[in-house]
Amino acid sequence: MAELGLALLLVGLVPVPAGAVWPQPQLVRESPGGERCRLSPGQFRFGYARSSAVGPGCAVLDQAFARYWRLLRDAGPRAPEDTRPWEPLCTELLVSVSTPHCDGFPDMDSVESYKLSTSEDPSLLSSESVWGALRGLETFSQLIWRDEDRMDVMAYNKFNVFHWHIVDDPSFPYESAAFPELSRKGAYNPATHVYTLNDVKLVIEYARLRGIRVISEFDTPGHTLSWGPGAPGLLTPCYAGSIPSGAYGPVNPILNTTYQFMTELFREVSTVFPDFYLHLGGDEVDFTCWRSNPEIQAFMQWMGFGQDYTKLESFYIQRLLNIISSYGKGYVVWQEVFDNGVKVKPDTIIHVWRENAGPYQQEVARVTKAGYRALLSAPWYLNRISYGQDWQAAYQVEPLEFEGSLEQKALVIGGEACMWGEFVDVTNLTPRLWPRAGAIAERLWSNKTVRDLQDAYIRLADFRCTLLRRGIPAQPLFTGYCDAEYSGF
Amino acid sequence: MEPARLFLGLLCASAALAASSLHQRPPQPEFLLEELELELGESPSGSLWPLPRSLRILPRQLQLAPARFQLVHGPGSTAGPGCALLQDAFRRYYEYIFGYSKWQNQGQRPLPAGTELLQLQVIIVSKDSECDNYPNITSNEAYQLSVTEPVAVLRAEKVWGALRGLETFSQLVYEDDYGTFLINESEITDYPRFAHRGILLDTSRHFLPIKSILANLDAMAFNKFNVLHWHIVDDHSFPYQSVTFPELSGKGSYSYDHVYTPTDVRLVIDYARLRGIRVIPEFDSPGHTKSWGKGQKDLLTPCFNGEHRSGSYGPVNPILNTTYHFMTDLFKEISGVFPDAYIHLGGDEVDFTCWKSNPDVTEFMKQQGFGIDYAKLESYYIQKILDIVSSANKGYIVWQEVFDKGVKIKPDTIVEVWIGSLYTAELSRVTGAGFTTILAAPWYLDYISYGQDWKKYYSVEPLNFPGCEKQKKLVIGGEACLWGEFVDATNLTPRLWPRASAVGERLWSSENVTNIQDAYNRLVKHRCRMLRRGIAAEPLFVGYCDPEYRGR
Repeated sequence: MAELGLALLLVGLVPVPAGAVWPQPQLVRESPGGERCRLSPGQFRFGYARSSAVGPGCAVLDQAFARYWRLLRDAGPRAPEDTRPWEPLCTELLVSVSTPHCDGFPDMDSVESYKLSTSEDPSLLSSESVWGALRGLETFSQLIWRDEDRMDVMAYNKFNVFHWHIVDDPSFPYESAAFPELSRKGAYNPATHVYTLNDVKLVIEYARLRGIRVISEFDTPGHTLSWGPGAPGLLTPCYAGSIPSGAYGPVNPILNTTYQFMTELFREVSTVFPDFYLHLGGDEVDFTCWRSNPEIQAFMQWMGFGQDYTKLESFYIQRLLNIISSYGKGYVVWQEVFDNGVKVKPDTIIHVWRENAGPYQQEVARVTKAGYRALLSAPWYLNRISYGQDWQAAYQVEPLEFEGSLEQKALVIGGEACMWGEFVDVTNLTPRLWPRAGAIAERLWSNKTVRDLQDAYIRLADFRCTLLRRGIPAQPLFTGYCDAEYSGF
Repeated sequence: MEPARLFLGLLCASAALAASSLHQRPPQPEFLLEELELELGESPSGSLWPLPRSLRILPRQLQLAPARFQLVHGPGSTAGPGCALLQDAFRRYYEYIFGYSKWQNQGQRPLPAGTELLQLQVIIVSKDSECDNYPNITSNEAYQLSVTEPVAVLRAEKVWGALRGLETFSQLVYEDDYGTFLINESEITDYPRFAHRGILLDTSRHFLPIKSILANLDAMAFNKFNVLHWHIVDDHSFPYQSVTFPELSGKGSYSYDHVYTPTDVRLVIDYARLRGIRVIPEFDSPGHTKSWGKGQKDLLTPCFNGEHRSGSYGPVNPILNTTYHFMTDLFKEISGVFPDAYIHLGGDEVDFTCWKSNPDVTEFMKQQGFGIDYAKLESYYIQKILDIVSSANKGYIVWQEVFDKGVKIKPDTIVEVWIGSLYTAELSRVTGAGFTTILAAPWYLDYISYGQDWKKYYSVEPLNFPGCEKQKKLVIGGEACLWGEFVDATNLTPRLWPRASAVGERLWSSENVTNIQDAYNRLVKHRCRMLRRGIAAEPLFVGYCDPEYRGR
């Protein structure tokens, strides 16, 4: 049985030297003598400390123990000269969680901090919640050097939200129980290119076990062309002169049936997705079709909107938000909803994404000044590829670098790396996303002061090899190699 | 300059003037590419890629029953069951045609008379089928395909044409929604526009596992590429395991696992041969050789810092006899290992800084009367390398700098044009001097950008440069290059395909095949076909394949 080395680390004040953990922990103290212990998968176990409020039967941790044990076992062959029988053996990692909750879903307020001490055997990992324990287990697994599925990689990077942009113009793969026609007529192929209820549940549970929230996005009123075939009357018929052109535009905001439909659909979505938040989209609404439609023109007049179609958009969004609120859910919306002055509830999260509408920092300042929480994606559109090491630009972003008060800064709750799908499918998703998204993971997890590019390069290149060993085809940062190259194709 | 070439230059003067307005297209700005997104539709040519030279598809459909349909040697063929290359190809293409059926047991029932295609008969016409040869620059890849009830006939002079024709035949077969395999009656005459249609892979900046290279060879065959330009070693690592100098990879590779053994190399060459693909290795010198220095003492030039050695090394040391002894032995081995008539000798991007710093080199320059013109020293080196390779009976390809710097090269040298700016002018110069050339400059696929950049590659017309007919004839083809700075086995395949397919059609099909909408419609289907055959080719734009990629 192969043996693994474990660098001895203590929690303390000295920053960790290069070459270890991604994303970098907030505080690290390494043992001064560089002592280490040997770790042999055959003689190693994960367990619960006696002080722990959760114990065997806690699926999140039981399964995490099995997962990380397999990662240790499969860590691959090791250079023989590393065998040092005189070094002490590490036999156990005990986990102690102070709150007894295990079966819930992670949410915005989950505490993910942990303390890990490997100075003695058994090693001790303590945290307030199981979610913190998951993050600590990942760190533990990365301390083991040996030169030692998508959701998995997110956990490896300590990401904690999967923003699932599940439907859009080109296709509607979500299989709705209330409106099965939506995917039957709106999916690329209703037999093969759909997510059944079971699929969705599987994703949510798989994510939960890794401490990851799943936030679904059903974007309206724009980006809905694929909804049309399965929901007659939902989209606005566009006109060419005085007759319908046969084309359709955004959701038709002037019909009661529209809101009845949304009420039913979001009743279902609210139940299927356990997270408190739903992403409601609201971006890039094209007014051309609305303008062409005589009934909409009449409605505009009747409502006193004049020619201001953002008012019509606001009218729609406002009603939609009320529907969502009635289900006890919160919502995330793209920045246009805020920009267009839609009246949103104070707990709405505004998702800042526009790259070319002036500096995004100003938008973040405006959003937080108005008292809303902001989520940042504008500098992190990873679908936009270019030649070279573009991870560096993503890494150098400082989300709180905008003009605003401390209160405003506190309203920036995080960010998202976005991989839009125009040019991405299962053939190229993973290497295009990883390790580039890793740069954003560290920016969002680690201390603000962790920004040395050279140090990050060394750790990230190393971490990329770890991902390869774990079966994730993460692409290279630059020239070089990994001991075990990707061979899983 | 030799008289013949001078004459050529004069003869072409007026043609050059006439064509001078044809400059390289500036790269299209991103937003333009996005605005021109194409609507998916049906091409009258179905999913054929690259488009054959002459094609007639008739409306009449014939069915193929997997249980009955056969790929066979036709009457009078000079190749028979003893031709392993074709036997392998028959099995492979049967799999490609039927192996991914939704309804595996379809087609057992007899079909109405006169509606079924029973056989594809492959007939090699030429006395020598070349079944056991390696493909070369003059290999005949032409074929004729006639699909009529009850048998289709594929006629080719040589096995190479048969391979291309089998690929085309497999692309003509389609499956309807009920799992029935259909083919339209068709008449195709086809042959390549350019003889050299290459893909460059770089195994030094990142090591590519053999599996990854073989998968790429499959994809190349699907796109009728016929040259693997194997940039096997470079500054970063030396994965080629030399029998004569085992220390080169022993010390110069990334690790013991990052090595191509003689068996690996043989495997690649054989796998390529069976698909009608030549393997041209590149051993680039005198620059790009840092990794060579680790396993071969005194090969590289020691750089100086003032009067002392700085500890770093520069290009190959051109002033030592030992250098040329080493190169003689190394290239003797390489000439034996790689059967192709050509070796790529590199010669690009030689940095003179280190040579300039070295007092021994300075002294040598003086002795030779080179003054301070280090290009002369480079020429001196290259000239000797070319003589070494010539004496091993090999031809050579060099990067354009060797020509640019006026190195005396043999008339049959192939010059590869790679520098992106003003490559049309370079094509004029190289062909004007009478040299054969390969174009790579507009097809550096490692330069990625957002959007449908395949259109840019597709829109290149290799002969759009100032020059006369004779000059144009000297352009023997092109290469899509995927340099390895940011590419390894994790992202190689989706980054290369289907972007390289655009280059594949440009090099195979007629000059007038330029309709980008029609290309899009065919390429989308071709990409899905590559997926079905286990190649993780990335999407061109939104849409889907049925089935999606599931791995090899």
